Amino acid sequence: MFLNQFLLLSVALFAIGVYGVLARRNGVMVLMSIELILNAVNINLVSFAAFTENLAGEVFALFVIAVAAAEVGVGLAMIMLLYRNRRNIDLTELDLMKG
Amino acid sequence: MTAQLLALAFERPAIDWHAVAPELVLLTAGCLITLADVIFLEKARSFTAALAGLGVLATAIPLITLATSGADRVLFGGAYVVDDFALITKAIFLMAGYVVILLSTNYVAEGDYWENEYYGLLLASLMGMIMMASSRDLISIFVALELLSIPAYLMVAWRKGDARSNEAGLKYYLMGVFASAVMLYGMSLLFGLAGSTQLTDIAAAVASGATSTSATTLAIVFIIAGFAFKVSAAPFHTWAPDVYEGAPTPVTAFLSVASKAAGFVAILQLLYVGFYGRADVYEPLIWILAAASMTLGNLVALRQTNIVRLMAYSGVAQTGFIIAPLAVAGHAGLGDQALSTVVTYLAIYAAMNLGAFAVIITLSRKTGSAELSSFGGAFSYAPGLTVAMSFFLFSLAGIPPLGGWFAKFEVFRVLTSAGDFWGYSLAVIAAVNSVIALYYYAGIARRMWADDAPEGDLAPVPTTPSLVIALAICAGVTLAFGVVPQIVARFTDVSLLALGG
Repeated sequence: MFLNQFLLLSVALFAIGVYGVLARRNGVMVLMSIELILNAVNINLVSFAAFTENLAGEVFALFVIAVAAAEVGVGLAMIMLLYRNRRNIDLTELDLMKG
Repeated sequence: MTAQLLALAFERPAIDWHAVAPELVLLTAGCLITLADVIFLEKARSFTAALAGLGVLATAIPLITLATSGADRVLFGGAYVVDDFALITKAIFLMAGYVVILLSTNYVAEGDYWENEYYGLLLASLMGMIMMASSRDLISIFVALELLSIPAYLMVAWRKGDARSNEAGLKYYLMGVFASAVMLYGMSLLFGLAGSTQLTDIAAAVASGATSTSATTLAIVFIIAGFAFKVSAAPFHTWAPDVYEGAPTPVTAFLSVASKAAGFVAILQLLYVGFYGRADVYEPLIWILAAASMTLGNLVALRQTNIVRLMAYSGVAQTGFIIAPLAVAGHAGLGDQALSTVVTYLAIYAAMNLGAFAVIITLSRKTGSAELSSFGGAFSYAPGLTVAMSFFLFSLAGIPPLGGWFAKFEVFRVLTSAGDFWGYSLAVIAAVNSVIALYYYAGIARRMWADDAPEGDLAPVPTTPSLVIALAICAGVTLAFGVVPQIVARFTDVSLLALGG
């Protein structure tokens, strides 16, 4: 079993996800980047669980998947709301409040 | 592994029903509200708020029976613990939740917003908070965090047609989800290092020194950063002013008190039960967070013209004060003192900050604005509210004999009894910041007492019974902590070290 390969994959996914969150302007793309980070977490959890033969990691990963689904549901609803009111989902234009 | 899973699936763990009774009562109340909406439709609007309030009060009953029965209760192999710490923090959440329901009662009804869903979500979020107070396992901490956050994202965007509310909701959502994703990454590393999700096992693994220092540091930093977002500690506070301004004001009060307290409760449990042996990692981290929050929050608050934004930055500064004792929590003999100081501060902060928001909400019923200038001359038409506001503001600033004074005094006591450079330097920063804070808190009071009312409008403020009750609760708690601290502080004298450290 080579744990390192899984961890490197997960680090790569995490880094791409963080870059996406910081650099993307489109709301849906930011959501997808956050999903990448969550998947990096799942890969970590499942590979650690397989490596140490500890079920808790897989259970944790299941919880992460279920909660992420709920989160994305709320997020998409919110982006829909924004689109209805403004006709675009460009995050850089969210600048009504400053100071 | 499959056989193991199947064996688990058919075996129900023993559940101590008394220990989870508060959660069950609150869950029942939430279900009743949803049912009432389905059965009575529009007619349910008139009693939803009362039902939600009663639900929260009913939840306090099992809390009291648990407190009188004494013994700590440990469920699910240590993943869920009901001890004194859990009980007192649950009581703080319930008090904050009840006051927020009182503040929302007329605001939501008059704004013609969806009511049943609002209170249903509020109770769901409260449920996440009281779960958080008992969670001693990474999985239950994560689930509790999401249960309290997801309804809050929706409540911030509650004014659907309002562009500011939309913007605030989306900002809060994106930053919140990002913070919890980073926190989860830290948790996954911690699971890999310790081979368990239970905080007690993690404590044993990280304290033994067998785990790699760099990986442990990374995990702890990620996790604390995730919760630093929740408590709006600088430099993770950037969402707070925008979200506070855009959200409906009762929701802002909820976020700035209950949601923030939940973040602190999670940090306390993680530090004391999980990471306590690694003071070399978390003490400098907390020191930086505390110093940055106090200084940045206060300096930016000085130039705010909108009272809600001002309260947001003042909240960032208060976060710095609340978290400061944890910067010396790893010193020998100071652990328990730092913990009870933080819990005491949380209780007092909840009362005085909610009180300030109650006055802001009441006055805005007349002025319809949150600009500081619209609060000018409030004394001439609402003397009672002006006195109450000055009372809460001076408590936030830490003037005796109000509660905030006792909270700040305790923070200084813990910091100085550390007796080293880190403790003294943070105490000096805190002292300087108390003076800066007094300047802008007193500035609001001065406008209300001395300025002229805008356009000479002296019509009285329309108050409601629920707002008056909310103000009375907050004022009572604030005053009790200031006048008889030794009696009240007995309740917040708790310990978590017996379990973990």
